[in-house]
Amino acid sequence: MKNNLARMTELYRTMVRIRAFEDAAQAAARAGKVVGAVHSSAGQEAVAVGVCANLRIDDVLTSTHRGHGHTIAKGADAGAMMAELFGRSTGTNGGKGGSLHIADFSVGMLGANGVVAAGLPIAVGAAQGLRLKGSEALAVTFFGDGATNRGPFLEALNWAASFALPVLFVCEDNGFSAMTRTASVTGGSGPAARAEAIGVRAVTIDGNDLMAVDHTAGELIAEIRAGGGPRFLHCRTYRLRGHTATDPARYREEAEVAAHELVEPLTLARIKLIELGAAARDLDAIEAEEFALIERAVAAAEVAAPPDPSAAYADVQDLGAPPARGAL
Amino acid sequence: MTVMTYQEAARQAVRHEMRRDPLVWALGEDLGRGGVFGQYRGLQEEFGPARIVDTPISEAAIMGAAVGAALVGTRPIVEMRFADFALCAMDELINQAAKNRYMFGGQGRVPLVVRQPTGLWRNSAAQHSQSLEAWYVHVPGLVVIAPATPADNRGLLAAAIRSDDPVVYFEHKNLWQLEGEVPDGDHLTPIGRAEIRRPGRDITIVTWSALVHEALTAAGQAAIDGIEAEIIDLRSLWPWDREMVLASAARTGRLLVAHEAVLASGFGAEVAAVAAEELFGRLKAPVRRLGAPRMPVPYAAVLEAEYRVDASDILAAVRSLCAE
Repeated sequence: MKNNLARMTELYRTMVRIRAFEDAAQAAARAGKVVGAVHSSAGQEAVAVGVCANLRIDDVLTSTHRGHGHTIAKGADAGAMMAELFGRSTGTNGGKGGSLHIADFSVGMLGANGVVAAGLPIAVGAAQGLRLKGSEALAVTFFGDGATNRGPFLEALNWAASFALPVLFVCEDNGFSAMTRTASVTGGSGPAARAEAIGVRAVTIDGNDLMAVDHTAGELIAEIRAGGGPRFLHCRTYRLRGHTATDPARYREEAEVAAHELVEPLTLARIKLIELGAAARDLDAIEAEEFALIERAVAAAEVAAPPDPSAAYADVQDLGAPPARGAL
Repeated sequence: MTVMTYQEAARQAVRHEMRRDPLVWALGEDLGRGGVFGQYRGLQEEFGPARIVDTPISEAAIMGAAVGAALVGTRPIVEMRFADFALCAMDELINQAAKNRYMFGGQGRVPLVVRQPTGLWRNSAAQHSQSLEAWYVHVPGLVVIAPATPADNRGLLAAAIRSDDPVVYFEHKNLWQLEGEVPDGDHLTPIGRAEIRRPGRDITIVTWSALVHEALTAAGQAAIDGIEAEIIDLRSLWPWDREMVLASAARTGRLLVAHEAVLASGFGAEVAAVAAEELFGRLKAPVRRLGAPRMPVPYAAVLEAEYRVDASDILAAVRSLCAE
């Protein structure tokens, strides 16, 4: 039931949307239309989509600097997201955050984050707050393999374990800590071993296998919802692009990237869908629709109004908010 | 009115707010035992371990978790044990709590209070004595409060808990046992308003936290010489009561700002700069600042005394300014 054709087809559609978004965002960044850093999650779509397929609207998630995929998978509007990258008033954040701080609280997406591992403690606290409110929702935190070398990774895992909080930790292990291979700067047996050492059940899977992510995330989330406390999902994947849109990633061989292109998640999912009986023309149509949707999002973002300069002064704080320049 | 200590006033503020709002809770190390200073005594018995939460020694997670819990609608009180230890949670406070509302375009609020016991106390040396309030004033998004009396610790802590902004709240460790009258019932002190602790016509002394009491002692001495000092307890450092300070300094013609923190780039610099900009030509003497030398807090009493700004320093500055 769970991996039926209809479900997989819908998840494939979301993956294609994320890829289209990432490619369009990268192109816009390289063209100078999107200012500020853009970090592409191309190649990691199956993790975002497979996990979020098992979430409810009232579940919350925290994300990373590479957060477009999580935001789309949680249900945010890609048009408002693209407008945010373009710094428009119609953006998810009204032009205040850009790619690095993309967020849509209305769907429980509590924010991308410019600081590696910063989302983990926020997620465990959100879970604790939700429990205090009597909610049965849970929190998911996505983070990379690089984050496992930061202190808040340890602190948040221990916190979630100590308080038996409903949190799913999802490590998107793409092998790179920014522009350095994580293995070259990391001791021990990897993210799952670190989680297990703290008593959090951890599962390592192929994060490019959409069905595996969907299935395993579903299982772990069911355990969390049953009151089992935190769980840890370690997804091996690969970052197809550079660290940022402008990083040519010369620190890796073209052959390495080419090998990973053969097992990237959209390719694998398409093969699987055909095996399950999907018609190639239907998948072609999904791809065309999603790329067209993102093209329209870009076109709308390009012509949308920038924020009024006065908006710069809004939402700093209630008490002691800054007066507009020249007002004092 | 009831006479109680600064510490008890804070305890009652937390208890009152927790009774009033089931989404108010506190988290930090050793809170179930009453907190390291006894400022949470009896609260876990009343509210249980889910609302008076004993945490691991994980400052980053304490602060980060509070951010997440605030984002989903609760109102955490974050206990940092010593202001010095809050430095282990700087990303969570500065990059996360303070900026969340702004960088996400107003989608969320982070209504938390960070209690930071501050200042010189029992020769605690370099890592348990600092006054770092000026750091936080520099960070957009934060409210910064430093009460000097039991009544204000009652009223400002309650106001901080009810504020939707993240508040950094400095309680001076040397004031925990200070007694004073505290209004009964639902007492709130407005954030951002200073208080005149002693009226005077000759000089304005702006200060806050424990130094308010040193300033009062100094003013009593100065009065013997016929110098009447007006003492303004700033109470809130951000927002701060510019109007009261400027009006008083314009009236007395002399301004001294005194704080326990290191002088260089202390909050006194901001007060002095604003006075210089706004009162040019209207003062009888240059604006003067008092603060600690730019050195870590030393341990031995004779060494710590070199660091400490006290009533005699304030008195000397008052006499010198009033001689001009």
